[in-house]
Amino acid sequence: MKKKANEQLKNKYMLAVLSALCVLLIVVSFLDSSVVAPVKQVSGFLITPIQKGINGFGSWLSGLTDNFEDAQTLRLENEELQAKVDSLTEENSQLVQDREELRRLQTLYDLDKQYDEYEKVGARVIAKEPGNWFQLFTIDKGSDDGIEPDMNVISGGGLVGIVTETGPNWSTVRAIIDDNSNVSAMVSTTSDQCIIAGDLRLIDEGSLNLIQLTDVDNKVHVGDKVVTSYISEKFLPGILVGYINELNNDANNLTKSGYITPVVDFRHVQEVLVILEKKVYVPSDSKSVQPDTTDETDSGDGTENPAV
Amino acid sequence: MKRKITMAALILLFLLLQSTLCQKISVASIKPNLLIILIVSFGLMRGRKSGMMIGFFCGLLADIFFESIIGFNAIIYMWVGYLSGYFYRIFYDDDIKTPLFLISVSDLAYGIIQYCFRFLLRGRIQFFRYLGRVILPEVFYTLIVTIICYRILYLINQRLNLSDNRGVDYFV
Repeated sequence: MKKKANEQLKNKYMLAVLSALCVLLIVVSFLDSSVVAPVKQVSGFLITPIQKGINGFGSWLSGLTDNFEDAQTLRLENEELQAKVDSLTEENSQLVQDREELRRLQTLYDLDKQYDEYEKVGARVIAKEPGNWFQLFTIDKGSDDGIEPDMNVISGGGLVGIVTETGPNWSTVRAIIDDNSNVSAMVSTTSDQCIIAGDLRLIDEGSLNLIQLTDVDNKVHVGDKVVTSYISEKFLPGILVGYINELNNDANNLTKSGYITPVVDFRHVQEVLVILEKKVYVPSDSKSVQPDTTDETDSGDGTENPAV
Repeated sequence: MKRKITMAALILLFLLLQSTLCQKISVASIKPNLLIILIVSFGLMRGRKSGMMIGFFCGLLADIFFESIIGFNAIIYMWVGYLSGYFYRIFYDDDIKTPLFLISVSDLAYGIIQYCFRFLLRGRIQFFRYLGRVILPEVFYTLIVTIICYRILYLINQRLNLSDNRGVDYFV
């Protein structure tokens, strides 16, 4: 009996110690995330190959069930056509954008050169955040392939998210539909600035919040294309985000807000492209840039293997 | 020793399944919470200490792999495991009703805590919206998966008890 009471006391003691340890870890990692980085590197290095394997098995399994639903050939053909549609959509959007801005770009030819073609690396999504609350996923390429935090991730011609952490053979990507995500964007036709904010409440609609749109001339319409802004700190300019599907006036009558439909199908994103180029951000300078003197240029997004 | 290795393997397996396969079987973007199943099941079958340790390591590993803040899941899962250990020997572990009840309560609590600390604090105040769209569907889906998973975990525990040669009453 005494032994049992002892055991229970020991358990309580242990619980207290571990709780204190957890709180300490929370505080430390909250204040300085670099402390825990080495642990993550090692664990990621060990676990990534297994995740890849399981994921391969999972894909095989879901592929198997697909076969029951429709014929293999049809599926392949569909995939092929979908890829083609995506690349054509991408090409088309690029062409439209080019035409819209050719006049202005001709005078800004140097700028055009700068964003002409980004170097990209393809990667596969191998794991997702375990809970239902956030939209983080792991891809199977890391610093060995030149990926660094804050690099942009695209898929199927649209913006997927941004790299938050990297290891030798893995990286974590935060999708733009994550509740914590905010992307500085603009309407491509009028170059009006806005912010695209992810929201968990919109998972059913599959849309994103569009907030703080300054549209004094009332020229922005539903259906307009939204691309990443050139004043963004982390996102390269001109990457397609989505299309406006609803627009309302804010209570202050100065800004507008609404919703956009992203071009990326986030539920089925399997392969992504990481742009191996980071936005060069000059602090405090970029804030004074006049919106009408400079403009975003050709996005040069990837057109291959969208696998929707 | 054999038990410890098995437990470590189980934790790792559940964590990997949670991050990979669960994504494939998610319904309306909602995944079941396998980790809660593992933690509560073993808390119920093995007592407070087991529940606590399994919860701690599950949460810690989940944090290390996926979160930028380490320790948050660890502390929740640890307490979940510890509290579910109170039901050890009060209820029979071969009856599925007890784990079903415990797991749903734990998952509900887990969801509410996640909401409070990571959404409410950022000013997302529509609690019932999150409850109805994320927390309750997750609880429901987790319950369905429990019906399959618990039998397997129960059998694994029985085998381990046998090979321990010490009987069920011995603490880990």
